Formats: sequence, structure tokens, C-alpha cells
Amino acid sequence: MRSLNRTDGLRDVLALASAVGVVGASFGALAAAAGLSPALTVGMSLLVFAGGSQFLVVSVVAAGGSPLAAVVAGLLINARHLPFGLAVAPAVGRSWPARLFGAHILIDESTAYARSRPGDARRAFWTSGVALFVFWNLGTVVGLLGGSAVPDPDAFGIDAAFPAALLALLLPGLRAADTRRVGLAAAAAALVATPFLPPGLPVLIGLLGLAVAGRGER
Amino acid sequence: MNWPAVLALAAGTYLMRLSGLVLRDRMALSPRVERLLDLGATALLVALLATAALTQDGGFAGWARTGGVAAGALAAWRRVPFVLVVVLAAATTAGLRLLGVP
Repeated sequence: MRSLNRTDGLRDVLALASAVGVVGASFGALAAAAGLSPALTVGMSLLVFAGGSQFLVVSVVAAGGSPLAAVVAGLLINARHLPFGLAVAPAVGRSWPARLFGAHILIDESTAYARSRPGDARRAFWTSGVALFVFWNLGTVVGLLGGSAVPDPDAFGIDAAFPAALLALLLPGLRAADTRRVGLAAAAAALVATPFLPPGLPVLIGLLGLAVAGRGER
Repeated sequence: MNWPAVLALAAGTYLMRLSGLVLRDRMALSPRVERLLDLGATALLVALLATAALTQDGGFAGWARTGGVAAGALAAWRRVPFVLVVVLAAATTAGLRLLGVP
């Protein structure tokens, strides 16, 4: 049973990582088209490792925005990683090496994946985080080399794969009444806010969903 | 984009990630606060998936993506294995786009 779980886990991680690799390739191609140097592009994927913010800063600068405005916009998108860290800290580990390395691979997908495997959260966090980091960066290099030959990942429906994957990971947890209530309120709040706020803020507005958390009758 | 900007984004992002991890162990957590942290992470992830499923650049993302996510959601609800959920969502959206659905 245990080995079966392990194989399942690895297959799930590879599915997630492959999709991330495809998006990484499209990032590499986009950055090259926007005139970023190869070193800067690879450096960004290695050092920032947060897809949403990387796409945003490249498009802000490509549209004529200042690098400072791009950085502020990117940090706003990544602000959700702070509360993710609060929630996923036990899975990362308490030693300083674990924290220092774990912080860098703490992204949406590794957080969601670790939380979907409460009995095995530590291994889930680290395997998914490392695999996603490797595939994201390999993808970036492939995209840089491929340039305009890299097809638009939307043609493969990758943009639907991510929300569907997150949903599949979150669904078991949403069977608890309080979690479902908070989730629905969070989704509603974020969607209502989306037309009016810059990227990143609507997701944070989702925290308003906690207003309906109630007293904790699980 | 230049190196100072990339390094600032990298440093800021890393520090936010690290402070969450460090703060958690600095706080004496009541079960009530621990529950709120857990629910908070869920709230953010659901908000993220909802906006990613339905919106693009502040507007509607189009029926192709929404349809693909809906197919994936249905499959996940029927407890189809994770890999198939992901593939089904992507394939549905790709198929709809091929048919000219925006």
C-alpha cells in the first residue's frame, strides 16, 4: 500500500511538473521576444521562481513600464507566499537549512500539493517543490533556445490544467463544511474584486472568506 | 528589466516566503489561530484557482478555459486520478479552442 502511494505520488508530481515545464518554456520564449538577455531570463527563473510574477514583470516592462513598477507589481502577486509559509511551515521542517532551502521552493503548487497529503506532507512538499523548480528552469532554457518556435501553451489548454489541478488537490479538504464555506466566500470575494484591482490583490482579498469561518465546529 | 530589478524581486519574494516559515515557529499558536492559518491558506488557494479558472486580464477568461476547468472539476469530484484530471482539463480546453471557442 505504501509503495503504491509512493508511485502515485511521484506520478502526480510529474504531471504537475510537466505542465510547469511547458509554462516555463513559454516564459523563456516570451522573455526572449521581449528583449531580455538570456542570462537575465535564466537568472529570473532561478532566483525568483514564481511564474505569475515573472510573466507580469516581463509584460509590464515590455509595455513600457518602469522596472520599479514591475517589481512592485511582482511582489504584490507573490505576497500570498507569506501566509502560505505560515500554513505549510510544519511540512517544510524546523531546521534552518530546511527553512532556507524550503523557502525558495515554497510556491502555489508545492503548498497545495503538501496540503493535499496531510499524512505525508513533508515528502510531498519537498518532492513537488524540487521537481517544479527543476522543470520550471529546464523549461525556461528550452523556451529561450526555441524562441518563436515554441508554441503558445494555451493551444494545449495548459491554462485550464492549473486551476483544475489546484481544484483536484483542494477538493478532499473542501468536504469539511467550514472549509467549503470559507472557500466559496474566498472565491466570490476574489472574483468580485478582479475587475477593479491589480493582479495579486484579488487573491489576497480571498482572505475575507475567513469572515465566515465560524467558531470551529469541524 | 535589469539585474537590480530581478534581484529586488527575487530578494523580496524570498524574504516573504521565509518570513512565513520563520514566523510560524515564533508564535505560540492556539488551536483557534492554527485553524485560521489553515483556513487562510485554503481561502487563498481557492481564490487563486477561481480567478485562474475564470478571469484573464481583469475580464472573463472565455468558455474554452472555463469548460476545461469544469471538465476537470467534474472528474476530480468523481475521484478520477489526479493525472487524468489535469490531462482532461487541458485536452478539453485545447479541443474547444480547436473548434473555435474563444
